[in-house]
Amino acid sequence: MAVKFEKVSDGNYRLDVQGYVCPHPQLYTKKAMEKLKQGEILELVFDNPSSGESILAMCQTDGNEIVEQTRQTGNAMRWRIRKG
Amino acid sequence: MDHVTNSSVSAPAIDIEAGEPHNILRAYLVLGFFVVVSLWTFSIDTRYVYLSAYLWFGFIYGMALQYGRFCMASAIRDLFAVGVPRMAVGIMIAIVLFSLVSAYVTAVGKSTFHASPIGLYSVIGGLVFGVGMVFTGGCASGSLYKTGEGSIAALLVVLSLAFTQAIFVDVGGWLNHLVPAAWTASAATKNMPASLTVTDGWFDQFTAGYIWDLHATTLGDLIKFSNPFAAAFVGNALLNSLLPAAVILALIYVRWYRKSYLRDKSVIYRGWRTELAGYWSMITASRRTAIAGLILGVAAGLHMWVMQGLQQHFNILNVGELLKAMGHTSGLSIQDTVFDPGYFYITTQEAQGAGWVLQKLGFNEMSNIFFGLDNGLPNPILNPVLWMSFALIGGSAVMALLNNEFKLKWPSAEIAIWAVFGGILMGLGARIGLGCNIGAFFATVTNGDPSGWLFGLGMTLGGFIGVKFFNWWIERKMAKEVVGLEL
Repeated sequence: MAVKFEKVSDGNYRLDVQGYVCPHPQLYTKKAMEKLKQGEILELVFDNPSSGESILAMCQTDGNEIVEQTRQTGNAMRWRIRKG
Repeated sequence: MDHVTNSSVSAPAIDIEAGEPHNILRAYLVLGFFVVVSLWTFSIDTRYVYLSAYLWFGFIYGMALQYGRFCMASAIRDLFAVGVPRMAVGIMIAIVLFSLVSAYVTAVGKSTFHASPIGLYSVIGGLVFGVGMVFTGGCASGSLYKTGEGSIAALLVVLSLAFTQAIFVDVGGWLNHLVPAAWTASAATKNMPASLTVTDGWFDQFTAGYIWDLHATTLGDLIKFSNPFAAAFVGNALLNSLLPAAVILALIYVRWYRKSYLRDKSVIYRGWRTELAGYWSMITASRRTAIAGLILGVAAGLHMWVMQGLQQHFNILNVGELLKAMGHTSGLSIQDTVFDPGYFYITTQEAQGAGWVLQKLGFNEMSNIFFGLDNGLPNPILNPVLWMSFALIGGSAVMALLNNEFKLKWPSAEIAIWAVFGGILMGLGARIGLGCNIGAFFATVTNGDPSGWLFGLGMTLGGFIGVKFFNWWIERKMAKEVVGLEL
């Protein structure tokens, strides 16, 4: 199990932190968002419920927009975040 | 697959969803187990109601902690690591409410609280604990509720901190060389029974030669109010809890919330009115955290009332007397006591569980002050306070199942190492600080004991150090992950 951070297409990136517990998912998300340009999208996949609350608040604080929240099978969450 | 699309950054967190039928059944099974434990023990001997009281308050704590994702590691870490004040605000809300309920309970003479000595040890213990909880990703209570969510990593943290404590309070050897001569000399004058060997072992000499020489008090007692209500509400609640919490909330607002609040285009700046509105907005920003803080605060206060009521009903000062009267003499300390704080507590009962296992494996765990004189090593099945921890896990599991958030998750080797290493630091910190984020901080600052703020200061400093290290670690890993990525 390793963190996966990859480019999906132009302006679209994917960060998979499934299997990681606090504080890894929110820290990886913050670092990944810092690397994106304004308007680019990060697709975040995580399965640690506690991290979701922190990531949501972090997006509000940093002015990033969560454009889509999907719950997948196996309790994994898939969020699409637009860099603000 | 559930699908939610948001058009705004101010979208609410994912709301609680109705549990799936098989999860609802599992939740009922967990709940049913604890109901059976209560009814079965009560049918054997009605005095087991004492065990059930701890059990059901633990269950409530577990539900509230999971509902609000309530975790002090998260509070400190999220502030420093990602600039999110949500959890720190929730904890301050819980402190305010717990302090008010505690003040009433204290004023009417129903409090079970005992103040801790005031000294530098609180800061050092808190610091070590704070570093550890950032490494593990959860404080002591947070790790318990995350165990209830199915996290094996969190269970590893609990086991690690439990066994670390049980070993740490008993070891001597080379650790004796780290004991100041003054502690040894002072410990020797305490006339302890020879079976405790108080001049052998770091923790025994720390306890008898240092801690016992310090002064413990609440602010209400220190100021010497003649009226018990004034002592409890002004000395303990207002001065030791409400004012510090309000100041901390103001600092959090200025440093971490104000900028994003004023950036909202719908906010028109009108001086102090806008600032106050922003302050209130911060407090109410996370409904779930605020509600959890409210439940925890009120329940923790009521818990003291109930335990004191039961102690008066059975005419006891410690549940060890009750166990002895019921014929359970094995595992009692030489004073016939076992750990019985009478309020929300986390780490000592886990240490007892680990100590009991080590004792069964042939180690003499009763030759120290911690177990042999004070807390005993009762069979875990008969340990009322350990049932609070079992039920806390159960309450969390029920809430997680009802929200479809329960998942048995095995950790990777990397996460397991963080859990065990961080758990060791948390165990060491909890013993040096005479408690964890609950016993040495939450339950103390809310009962007028200034030592809790010293532990909180150390825990915050430790959290800051832990975050700095983690930031470096993740930057290093990210640098490897993004090699070749055009960013």
